Amino acid sequence: METVPRPGRGVPPKKDKLQAKRKKPRRYWEEETAPAVAGASPGPPRKKKKKKNLEVRRQKQKNSHNSKKSRISKKSQFRKKSREQKKPGPQRTLSGAQDPFPGPAPVPLEVARKFRRIDKSKELPHSLPKTRSKLEVAEALEEEISVKAARSELLLAEEPGFLEGEDGEDTAKIRQADIVEAVDIASAAKHFDLNLRQFGPYRLNYSRTGRHLAFGGRRGHVAAFDWVTKKLMCEINVMEAVRDIRFLHSEALLAVAQNRWLHIYDNQGIELHCIRRCDRVTRLEFLPFHFLLATASETGFLTYLDVSVGKIVAALNIRAGRLNVMAQNPYNAVIHLGHSNGTVSLWSPSVQEPLAKILCHRGGIQAVAVDCTGTYMATSGLDHQLKVFDLRGTFQPLSARTLPQGAGHLAFSQRGLLAAGMGDVVNIWAGQGKASLPSLEQPYLTHRLAGPVHGLQFCPFEDVLGVGHSGGITSMLVPGASEPNFDGLESNPYRSRKQRQEWEVKALLEKVPAELICLNPRALAEVDVISLEQHKKERVERLGYDPEAKAPFQPKAKQKGRSSTGSLVKRKKKVLAQEHRDKVRQSLEEQQKQKQKQKAKPTGARPSALDRFGGL
Amino acid sequence: MQAAEMNAVRAAESLLALSQQEELVDLPNHSLSASEDEGDSDGERKHQKLLESIGSLDGKKRWKLAERSEACLKVSEFNVCSEGSGEKLLLSDLLEPAKTSSSLAAVKKQLNRVKSKKAVELPLNKEEVERIHREVAFNKTSQTLSKWDPIVLKNRQAEQLVFPLEKEQPNFVPIEHVLSSWKARTPLEQEVFNLLYKNKQPVTDPLLTPLEKASLKAMSLEEVSVSSPRHAMLLPAFALKPRNHCKCHSLQAKMRRAELQRARALQSYYEARARREKKIKSKKYHKIVKKGKAKKALKEFEQLQKVNPAAALEELEKIEKARMMERMSLKHQNSGKWAKSKAIMAKYDLEARQAMQEQLAKNKELTQKLQVVSESEGENGAEEEELLVPDAVNEVQMCADGPNPWMLRNCNSDAKGEVQKDPEQPPEPVVQEVSESEDERPGAEEEILLHEFEERRSLRKRSELSQNAEPVGSQETKDSSCQEVLSELKLLTQKLNQKNHQSRKQKVSSVRTVLQVQKEECALEEEEPVLLQRPERVQTLEDLEDLGHEEYSQNKELPRPVMEEEKAEKTSNNQTDAPKEKKKKEQMIDLQNLLTTKSPSVKLLAVPTAVEELEDEEEKHQKQIIKEAFAGDDVIRDFLKEKKEAVKANKPKDVDLTLPGWGEWGGIGLKPSAKKRRRFLIKAPEGPPRKDKNLPNVIISEKRNIHAAAHQVRVLPYPFTHHQQFERTVQTPIGSTWNTQRAFQKLTTPKVVTKPGHIIKPIKAEDVGYCSSSRSDLSVTQSNPKRPSGHHKKQLKKISRD
Repeated sequence: METVPRPGRGVPPKKDKLQAKRKKPRRYWEEETAPAVAGASPGPPRKKKKKKNLEVRRQKQKNSHNSKKSRISKKSQFRKKSREQKKPGPQRTLSGAQDPFPGPAPVPLEVARKFRRIDKSKELPHSLPKTRSKLEVAEALEEEISVKAARSELLLAEEPGFLEGEDGEDTAKIRQADIVEAVDIASAAKHFDLNLRQFGPYRLNYSRTGRHLAFGGRRGHVAAFDWVTKKLMCEINVMEAVRDIRFLHSEALLAVAQNRWLHIYDNQGIELHCIRRCDRVTRLEFLPFHFLLATASETGFLTYLDVSVGKIVAALNIRAGRLNVMAQNPYNAVIHLGHSNGTVSLWSPSVQEPLAKILCHRGGIQAVAVDCTGTYMATSGLDHQLKVFDLRGTFQPLSARTLPQGAGHLAFSQRGLLAAGMGDVVNIWAGQGKASLPSLEQPYLTHRLAGPVHGLQFCPFEDVLGVGHSGGITSMLVPGASEPNFDGLESNPYRSRKQRQEWEVKALLEKVPAELICLNPRALAEVDVISLEQHKKERVERLGYDPEAKAPFQPKAKQKGRSSTGSLVKRKKKVLAQEHRDKVRQSLEEQQKQKQKQKAKPTGARPSALDRFGGL
Repeated sequence: MQAAEMNAVRAAESLLALSQQEELVDLPNHSLSASEDEGDSDGERKHQKLLESIGSLDGKKRWKLAERSEACLKVSEFNVCSEGSGEKLLLSDLLEPAKTSSSLAAVKKQLNRVKSKKAVELPLNKEEVERIHREVAFNKTSQTLSKWDPIVLKNRQAEQLVFPLEKEQPNFVPIEHVLSSWKARTPLEQEVFNLLYKNKQPVTDPLLTPLEKASLKAMSLEEVSVSSPRHAMLLPAFALKPRNHCKCHSLQAKMRRAELQRARALQSYYEARARREKKIKSKKYHKIVKKGKAKKALKEFEQLQKVNPAAALEELEKIEKARMMERMSLKHQNSGKWAKSKAIMAKYDLEARQAMQEQLAKNKELTQKLQVVSESEGENGAEEEELLVPDAVNEVQMCADGPNPWMLRNCNSDAKGEVQKDPEQPPEPVVQEVSESEDERPGAEEEILLHEFEERRSLRKRSELSQNAEPVGSQETKDSSCQEVLSELKLLTQKLNQKNHQSRKQKVSSVRTVLQVQKEECALEEEEPVLLQRPERVQTLEDLEDLGHEEYSQNKELPRPVMEEEKAEKTSNNQTDAPKEKKKKEQMIDLQNLLTTKSPSVKLLAVPTAVEELEDEEEKHQKQIIKEAFAGDDVIRDFLKEKKEAVKANKPKDVDLTLPGWGEWGGIGLKPSAKKRRRFLIKAPEGPPRKDKNLPNVIISEKRNIHAAAHQVRVLPYPFTHHQQFERTVQTPIGSTWNTQRAFQKLTTPKVVTKPGHIIKPIKAEDVGYCSSSRSDLSVTQSNPKRPSGHHKKQLKKISRD
């Protein structure tokens, strides 16, 4: 949760200058296209895109300016205050002045709660004092840490952009051109079109840092470039149909699903590997923390390739025919596959059968997408419906919508915006806040493209949606799409080559084994109860008695004839009866609680007097 | 002597051999001889001679030289023999001359002295000595080592240990000290300091000027004196004095101190006495005490009857109650242990009989029902009943209906405390005000002490009172305690009616300022009902909230994207109180609904295009197309089938142990009878419910991920007894990816920190604050660096106790 200060980037090579100096290499597409790169000047990528009123643009800008200023001033005040509060100086100074805000700065509870890991609402079984002290220590530590995390929230200085219509105005009617006009130059440069009509519909993929873009056309055109500076890394034609393209853990490696086999290229377009065990691959997904490349093939196999060691971890026979719909759940690295019988199946490399199978649509599944918190899954089917499912255990649809044309492609952004490509139109829905359920009633933005959509992806850490279509590639501006604050240690858009290499080593060291992929990753932190029980049982069997069992009550010896056999028996009976009574009482209490719960459940609408005639 | 012994032994041996021989010859003779043996030695000797002569008869040994193993009457000159005299020869006998002479008396005395001294015991053998030494040394060592136990425990529980132990304490010198060493040198500085000195400004200790200090001191003293209401009550004169009388402060403080001392001393006396009395085990003593109390109570009751008949009646009521308790308890029947023993003894012992009769009489007396009082008295009694059942009881019950009984209990007890105070000293209003105005800390402790003391005294008094009021019969402490409660209640009711709002006032006024109190006297009466009503109000509020929750949850219950029609259906279902079965059905229906529901279609799509105009028609058209397209494959049915299979496959299977043809006809087409099958079927235990039991559109695999399970914790670590406890401690990730840098460092602090290049010396007594460490201790610690574990320690203790 820390932001690393951005490395000061030297003056980046300006494209215009370069063009002037060097003879620009002539590209084969340039005869037809003039890339709409207006003022491709690199700059700070995060700029708030504000739009309140299209009619009175100047006013709006003023307003925005004002509001910005005011916010900044507020912030500075706040910071000042906090600094004062944090000042740990001595209580009494020579002058006798005292700290007006003694003690550490207060932390907002809600923010701290966000970082809490221990669910205290769950009741624990009775614990011994020694255990209790350990638990208390753990809880105190957790609280302290959550407070620290909440404090460091202050370092996340950037705020997400947004688009807001004036009352009654529909944001969906705002065109890209309007947005481009309204935003600053640097942000406007992020909207561009690549007209590549020659090599068919394009699939595209952003690297994890959001800095690089790779795209592959159906007719063999594969290219990768730094889309911010528009600096081309490589461009080749593989002379074979390209089904899908994906960056591996860094922008230096590129996996391309070609007609027959899976190929891996480096960032100069040199073919490194041809993986023949993955043949006729239709879709690719890369699991960055496991270094796994998941491939879904026409033959119905889901293959996991460990790219760090080059071994195939698992090849699962899905038994559901051709696979051409795949998505990964970024939360738990489970692969979602859509099938023609309207089901979506969830897969992990360590289990041979689907972890779960969800019936989503009447017709076949066209597209699946999972949001980055792993809470929602959006599916679209041949029945022209778009549904959003809850993935937290229930797998029930939360919202649904019928689209005139079914959505062929879906994508979630980092902040939970949902984009759907329907024919040559892209619709984007937004929710209320971060990672909230996108409301499907009103689209947030719409855009019409030059051709039918073939690939969709939101760019990480940029308010940009990349759309691959038959006419080339379009980079759309979508304010508020992605996370404004990046983790400099995890995925730094501005990292240098050296930093990338270091990160690579660290990431490899922290590689998560493929076996750990399961539906609930938190379950790994739980004790394996089944083997624990088994272990206990075996021990009891071995010893012939239960060493942990509670010893039966042994009455103490008493004097003056009070420990006669009769009284001993009586005392024993008393204790037994007491235990039994306690048990009964407990069970009764539980029953009562359940009853109360049932009672607390609402009994529908308020019964009216006329209900009694309803039966007639 | 030895020679004589040897002779005797030899004689005995030969005798034994002979007797064995003779045994064969003549049994009765032998038995006779045996009896004679014991009789006198003379006969024995003769007998032996006889035997010898018989033995020599066979001719092998012609003549054996007769040994002189017998004593003779005369002392020969070669041999000392005492057998003849039949007495033991004493040492003094040797010294005794024929005639007694006085010259030897001193020697005799000395001899006696020597004799009176006990003989030196044999030294123990080496092993035993060593063992004892070891034990002693062990005890000593363990004692010295047990000193370290707390330190060891502390170190074990410490989150981090830093070695080497001795740390240089960073010397934080206060700025004043630093300044004091500094001296003014330049003329300007000197001038400034001169000025400061002249005005008595602080130079070295700049925090407070002397004037300020003085005032502060005065204030603090005053605070102390004012801060205790109890104290103010006891010494009203001081409290009433104006505050800025500074001169009498010291006097006040002294007085107050003396008072406190006295209070403490009294308290300690009281406690000691109580403890002493409590320790007395003598039954007789207690009996006497009880009897004395009973007598006193009776006396007082009689007195009360004369003075205040109403109160006496109340007492009577109490007696009645005690009797009832007695009747219930059956204490005085002759079923107790004591009574039984007495019953046995009664036959013989007059006293016991009397005691028994007494007890029976008491029992009769107690269990006898009292006569019904006449009508005029009955009215009185009714009144008393009303009195006896105090309002407070009703109040409590009334309040108990409310939501928070604890609060009420508190307030009740408050009131009690108030009442306890009341009888002794009605607090003066001014004093109260003073008490209310106090909110100073330092005096609070002493106050509490004083208050406690006072309370105890009052309590003691009251207990005495109640004991006085005790009826003669009730000897059980239980009863007395009952009565105590009763009397307390009674007192409460009496006072409560009068002081009710007063006490309330006090409670409230503790928050308010002095000036407000007098105003509120009238206002409080209005406030009272509000106070009383409060719980009810809260209840209604809670109800409201509950209602809100219910509504909310109602809304929440239907988060599914179901259409209004369905909602209506559901609500109707709910209204008809559909049982669970119906719900299940609904779920299955739900699956159908899930996929067939008409979801709202997108009306506004993209940039205005041509699509929109034809939307409705097109939609219908498309739907028809879709319906036609999917008419053949029933997705839902397939899925349900699949799910059913999955459920079936995952179910534990029953074991059928029937043997066809066993005990009945077998063959093709013949099946074992149903009864038999039922009998030999072992039903598999039903596992936990499936996760997707209530989710019709989902199949969740129940298969365990064994690869992931290999990475899970399989054994509970030591202090945990349940896996949930352990899980809670490992919930927080410790990596730097999930934590801030500081948090990460804190989470991963090493348990032991050592400074490289420094020698880690063993712990010394001085390090931990034990100043006195004898040489032996040190040597022990050095020679025995291993510290005793818990188990070891226990053993040590046991031994040392022995």
